[in-house]
Amino acid sequence: MTLNHPIDDAEAARLAADFPALDQEVNGHRLAYLDSGATSQKPTAVLDAERDFYEHHNAAVHRGAHTLAALATERFENARAKVAGFIGADVDEVVWTSGATEALNLIAYGISNASAGLGGEEAKRFAIGAGDVIVTTEGEHHANLIPWQELAARTGATLRVIPILDDATLDMESAAALITPEVKLVAFTHVSNVSAVINPVSELVALARAADALVVLDACQSVPHMGVNVRELDVDFAAFSGHKMLGPTGIGVLYGRSELLNALPPFLTGGSMITTVTLEKAEYLPAPQRFEAGTQQVAQAIGLAAAIDYLDAVGLDRIHEREAELGARMYRGAAAIPGIRVLGPSEAALRSGVVALDVEGVHAHDVGQYLDDRGIAIRVGHHCAQPLHRRLGVTASTRISPYFYNTTAEIDAVIEALGEVRAYFGLAD
Amino acid sequence: MGSPELASLYQQVILEASKQKHGFGLRPEDHPSNHQLNPTCGDEITLQLVTDASGETVEKLAWEGQGCSISMASASLLTDLTAGLPVAELPERIGLFRELMQSKGAGIEDDEPLGDAAALEGVSRYIARVKCAMLAWTALEGAMMESAAK
Ligand SMILES: Cc1ncc(COP(=O)(O)O)c(C=O)c1O
Repeated sequence: MTLNHPIDDAEAARLAADFPALDQEVNGHRLAYLDSGATSQKPTAVLDAERDFYEHHNAAVHRGAHTLAALATERFENARAKVAGFIGADVDEVVWTSGATEALNLIAYGISNASAGLGGEEAKRFAIGAGDVIVTTEGEHHANLIPWQELAARTGATLRVIPILDDATLDMESAAALITPEVKLVAFTHVSNVSAVINPVSELVALARAADALVVLDACQSVPHMGVNVRELDVDFAAFSGHKMLGPTGIGVLYGRSELLNALPPFLTGGSMITTVTLEKAEYLPAPQRFEAGTQQVAQAIGLAAAIDYLDAVGLDRIHEREAELGARMYRGAAAIPGIRVLGPSEAALRSGVVALDVEGVHAHDVGQYLDDRGIAIRVGHHCAQPLHRRLGVTASTRISPYFYNTTAEIDAVIEALGEVRAYFGLAD
Repeated sequence: MGSPELASLYQQVILEASKQKHGFGLRPEDHPSNHQLNPTCGDEITLQLVTDASGETVEKLAWEGQGCSISMASASLLTDLTAGLPVAELPERIGLFRELMQSKGAGIEDDEPLGDAAALEGVSRYIARVKCAMLAWTALEGAMMESAAK
């Protein structure tokens, strides 16, 4: 059944009741958790799924023939199928990782191994070196910047960075000029974890295709919040983390087109990723197993599947709509306060529900402390995006990142507190 | 408005010190110095230990940096505290301040030797902020180490 009525405050409060961690007092106030961009809270259904696995089916997967091992393997693979269905991929295109960071590094190290001559004939398509170019953007989380810096350093390739404009949107004219035929890979985020910018995926994919370059999408801030179909987006790789979408920590996903995954050399090597091993060398299993060396994070994968069930039941379209509404309310409220500058574009259609801002004259840490005193949990700092902050002329910002379980009353409480901050720290309006 | 706990964190003397920033501005000459960065928030400080000709007495600290009110106030209060102190007494004061910061809100028996910097006691209740308050003091330790190595 697909619900299509909008999520209102009453429903948000009902949903919030499924999240034990949301039901607590912090500093004498009911917790208003508005840091879901960093990590989301977990519903009981997810906690129960993990517990149930440990209580009834716990065993290593893809190893051993006993009944529990078979049951564990089945549940683990069902979880993979769940993820695949959720993002419109085939089941063998979903690789488990510890999180988005590992997923992005997996691609970078796979390419670097191919560039070092590993992986045989089929891996040659990934080899890069001097004269080749990797492209990323100025608006990235460090997890989608540093792996490419390091890949360039290891291979001799050049890194080019698409600049952002004053409103943190990508400079698409520069993008068109930078994505030349030497470009072998273009990596960019779907949605910024700071500026809220939703990047023009199809335009960037078109530029990359024209250069015959691979496309890597950082989907950390999109998959939890909107319907994402990797096939429709036509990206080659996508990475996201379970913990930002109601799932456990320690589980993440790399999506890769089957043909590419089966040609890419592995990153981590060891048990469970091979067919034949001699003392000299090993043959790898096909994807996804070739990328899943070692004992896997089974309970976490099962927890993530339960999280997807929960998200599906609420409905991604409704979640997206609700967050857009909360974000717009937050944006309007904050932008109306003298001395507050909201980062990112003003046009609602270009924004996710995240709102990062600068309070003139008050350091983000102090703003965060003032809000925490009210039981409001938001994030302060550079949010792992130093170049983006530098470009926007601030070293740190205050970020409010709502999820569907937040209410307009919580947003209003943040706006009210933000309106008091400058006076509290002795700054006149 | 804020709670009493928040008020004890952001006492008037702290808010004022964070704006006055005594000692702000590095000297052009060479002095033992140290740079500290808090990578989680980007707060940073570069601090010079300026002594008299004998090297035994602090003339005045000089520093530059940016950060939250706690880190800025702490640097300013440290500058006030150390002006004219024998260099040999610095490790004890720094140690005492560290003890105060690690006291989790309990304070220490005798915070007299810390002067106005004792007003930062409220920070010790907020684990995440201790690093902010320690930034300048850690930089001073670093500068002393550099001076000893010379
Ligand atoms: C846009 C973006 N990319 C990458 C990451 C890294 O995710 P993780 O730390 O879960 O690996 C995050 C989360 O912090 C993010 O927001």
